[in-house]
Amino acid sequence: MANLAALLLLADSRLPAGGYAHSGGLEAAVAAGLVDDVASLEHFLAGRAATVGLLGAAVAAAACRVTAAPQGHRAAFTALDDALDARTPSPAQRNTSRQLGRQLVRVLGQVAPDPRLGELAGQPHHAVALGAGAAVLGLDARAAAYAYLHESVAGPAAAAIRLLALDPFATHAALARLRARLDRLASRADEYGAGTVADLPAPAAPLLDVYAEAHAARTSRLFAS
Amino acid sequence: MNRSNGTSSSTRALRLGVAGPVGTGKSSLIATLCRALADELALAVVTNDIYTDEDARFLRSTGVLPVERIRAVETGACPHTAIRDDITMNLIAVEDLEQGFAPLDLVLIESGGDNLTATFSPALIDAQLFVLDVAGGGDVARKGGPGIARADLLVINKTDLAPYVEVDVERMVADATAARHGARVLALSRHEPASVRALADWVRELRGAQLAGRHGPVDPGAPAPHVHR
Ligand SMILES: Nc1nc2c(ncn2[C@@H]2O[C@H](COP(=O)(O)OP(=O)(O)O)[C@@H](O)[C@H]2O)c(=O)[nH]1
Ligand SMILES: [Mg+2]
Repeated sequence: MANLAALLLLADSRLPAGGYAHSGGLEAAVAAGLVDDVASLEHFLAGRAATVGLLGAAVAAAACRVTAAPQGHRAAFTALDDALDARTPSPAQRNTSRQLGRQLVRVLGQVAPDPRLGELAGQPHHAVALGAGAAVLGLDARAAAYAYLHESVAGPAAAAIRLLALDPFATHAALARLRARLDRLASRADEYGAGTVADLPAPAAPLLDVYAEAHAARTSRLFAS
Repeated sequence: MNRSNGTSSSTRALRLGVAGPVGTGKSSLIATLCRALADELALAVVTNDIYTDEDARFLRSTGVLPVERIRAVETGACPHTAIRDDITMNLIAVEDLEQGFAPLDLVLIESGGDNLTATFSPALIDAQLFVLDVAGGGDVARKGGPGIARADLLVINKTDLAPYVEVDVERMVADATAARHGARVLALSRHEPASVRALADWVRELRGAQLAGRHGPVDPGAPAPHVHR
């Protein structure tokens, strides 16, 4: 893969874009009793990768292609933001995604300044911002999909260690077992990214949508989402 | 310092960080400052909470500022990260306030507390004060750390409680001043108007210096080896 250093930079949780304040729905799932050990965490992560992860990765791949195109960035970004809105029924999740997107753009504006980033919405979805950032860093659509998929499981896994006091080695071993799955999902996301916006997938986890709403209304929580 | 958002230091608010361990009186100090300065300076506040927006709700409930001028940043249980390593959420909150209520003179940013080693990044704030209280014991000031040693101002708070916790305030101030190589230490109690005036004067002077181009952020330095207290 070309440009590996750029991918590592973009996918690094130490990129200062505020991701550490979120658990990707894990805290709500823990509160509901869905996740309480490494096995149930792995199950949760696999489900997240296949739903939010695949959708976001497909959008990131599409956004990356759009950004690399010579023109039409703004309209294409808007279409992708709209597509994600339509595929994200929970207002809390839409909010979180746009907040993370805005934060990422704020960081990229300093880290890899590029006029195309200015064509993004004021609060683009995270996947759209990530795809644009990938392109600006010279990455291809597949790499953008990988970056999104990686974060979709690595973020909640890190949160699990704080929430559940799981063995950090066992938690990372669960992540390691997801590798082949992420590879397959990245390929699919890459294909979706090359297609039309209307054909983007709409994978769903309705129970997690419901929990996300409950979490947003909670007055005491460790993670913002 | 090359400010992240490029706005020149004379056209934007003074960004003042308030750091220090949990419970030393940071939120109360911010409420006190707002009361003292609201008539002369255009103010806004960003709170950083460990769990949700408790501090923002406290400050809104005091009525010292219109509620929309108080923004909460949720730090996902990493309050030190939010003010030092990954300041993006705080920067966006500050910039939103500066834009939404332009022109602001002063934005106060309360850290979520955490431990003695947490200090603000100079990329986020122009100056910071570090708050200790007498109830934490007279020794804390001597123990030092980047915030205690090199914050722009060290506040020793709740001096009214000193007799109850058997702390000699003068001694604590002297120890702290020594640990700071003579830099300013302020003994504060919200029940002692003279000390509140001294705090407000310090902020006025700082804002004046910033407007005159005489003040830029100074980093207290790297945290000591990471020890959770
Ligand atoms: N006696 C006394 N109590 C104070 C003073 N300032 C704050 N407190 C109390 O100290 C406690 C912690 O204050 P708070 O502002 O929430 O601390 P924070 O966690 O640092 O924000 C509260 O019960 C306050 O009422 C003071 O000057 N004197
Ligand atoms: Mg507080």
